[in-house]
Amino acid sequence: MKNKNRILTIISLVVLAVILYYTNKGVDSYKLRILNLCAIYTILGVSMNLINGFTGQFSLGHAGFMAVGAYTTSLLIMPADIKVENFFLKPIISPLANIHLPFLPALIAGGLLAAGAAFLIGYPVLRLKGDYLAIATLGFSEIIRIIFTNTQSITNGSLGLKSIPNYTNLWWSFGLAAFTIIIIVSLIRSSYGRAFKAIREDEIAAESMGINLFKHKMWSFVIGAFFAGVGGGLLASLIGAIDPLMFRFFLTYNILLIIVLGGLGSITGTVIASFIVTIATEGLRFLDESINIGEYTIQGIPGLRMVVFSVLLMIVIIFFRNGLMGKKEFSWASLRNPFSKASKMGGK
Amino acid sequence: MDILRTENVTMKFGGVTAVSNFNLKLQQGKITALIGPNGAGKTTAFNVLTGVYTPTIGKIYLKDADITGIRPDKITALGIARTFQNIRLFNDLSVLDNVLVGNHLHLKSNILDAALRLPKYNKEDKIIQDRSLELLNKVGLYDFKDEKASSLPYGMQRRLEIARALATDPGLLLLDEPAAGMNPKESYDLTSFILSIRDEYKLTIFMIEHHMQVVMDISDKIYVFDYGITIAEGTPNQIQNDKKVIEAYLGVEEDA
Repeated sequence: MKNKNRILTIISLVVLAVILYYTNKGVDSYKLRILNLCAIYTILGVSMNLINGFTGQFSLGHAGFMAVGAYTTSLLIMPADIKVENFFLKPIISPLANIHLPFLPALIAGGLLAAGAAFLIGYPVLRLKGDYLAIATLGFSEIIRIIFTNTQSITNGSLGLKSIPNYTNLWWSFGLAAFTIIIIVSLIRSSYGRAFKAIREDEIAAESMGINLFKHKMWSFVIGAFFAGVGGGLLASLIGAIDPLMFRFFLTYNILLIIVLGGLGSITGTVIASFIVTIATEGLRFLDESINIGEYTIQGIPGLRMVVFSVLLMIVIIFFRNGLMGKKEFSWASLRNPFSKASKMGGK
Repeated sequence: MDILRTENVTMKFGGVTAVSNFNLKLQQGKITALIGPNGAGKTTAFNVLTGVYTPTIGKIYLKDADITGIRPDKITALGIARTFQNIRLFNDLSVLDNVLVGNHLHLKSNILDAALRLPKYNKEDKIIQDRSLELLNKVGLYDFKDEKASSLPYGMQRRLEIARALATDPGLLLLDEPAAGMNPKESYDLTSFILSIRDEYKLTIFMIEHHMQVVMDISDKIYVFDYGITIAEGTPNQIQNDKKVIEAYLGVEEDA
């Protein structure tokens, strides 16, 4: 049975690859960009869900980790002459000016640096719980942004970085999204994942089961931050220009929206929700603009899209507290036999 | 031989002394009970022994090692497992997962081995799964292994909590009111269950209990607490006839 499922998974990955191949050729660049964003938000959502949904640590630091990843990756993939162009106010410090790495090592470096930042910040803040942890991590993410605004010779300050090479394409974004999902799913199904969930359910009981709370929270936090950093790097290379204002709380809120909508504690839900939210963000763009109905013109209100999402979030929290999927997961077994116990429990 | 002993353990919260001068000796393989009226400090004593609180004064020795002030997870790793007065299961996890969590502290593979499913981890996971299924079989919960822990009836939740504690492979098991809320039939079953796991897993058991029937039936030794002070210790027979104990439970007889 397990082998059969593995074969089904591989087949579906191949089908996905074929679909990507034809989409890459046949779809215009606007739609390609939305698809890339969907995959990147999947990475960000899944990594945040590991911390918030599976380990139960209410962290709002994701934008900060993304910023670290985005800046690291960008600075490493930008050729020396473009760096000179960018840093016209104050030249970039010497070793960074000449380092030039291919995309993958740059992404990994971004992830590692974000993980390093998570380790440093996790040391004091992971002793906090609930709302206090949320406030401390939110503060961290703002501090990162302020630091990046002021370190002119490293990050180019509020001018941001422009002309970042556009390496991100469907292969990179969907490939890394698939990789993230595979790693995180196999992690949460392992003994460590069970320990994470035990901490979420009851810290006191988990500790009395011999689980080192701090160490496990730290693992979850650092791994989540790693993938957030990679996602940030992909995003930077997709958009081609970053500045500190991009990494405001609003970005974390977007990812939070995705994981709450999809279900805290469901990877499947996060994937579905990140596609829904990303596509809807573009699809609802008309709300922000003026609409012409025959002779009448309705004045557009910029930001009305976000009102829709906020209302959606309220409805979800009031009526569907568990989101789209709750803690349930997609599995081949549930597809074969939708009413079996395995599908209810999210078995393999 | 004493598996655990405490020396003058005192626990103060501000001005309140919850436990004072507690000298406990737990003999290997024996069942010891701690009784006393509500609010006497019994659960506090448990929390001190399991590292939830660090005693204000006093020392705790496991065999001969000083374990005073060590973190709860480390104390569990040293072989002291516990259950809780108000059941604390991992409600959203399956019955099997609850027991598997109890095995986690024995895992030697690191988190990378687990995330990448390296053979080293897979081998260990297989052993853990088999051990847990066997344990569930022994405590009679095998048929419910895929149910959510919160969906079990009350008596079985108690049993699962004990099974989960057993999964950590303890030498000493602390039970906080295992028979609370049980009817006579259920508490009778529990009594024989406790005796059977003690023999099966070579356990020393220390329990808090209010059901006098259960306590008197299975305890080898009893400690009695009142306002944090040990007012009596001895065999069930001695305790039943101790004047101070009767006073603590029934009040002082006034002279006519």
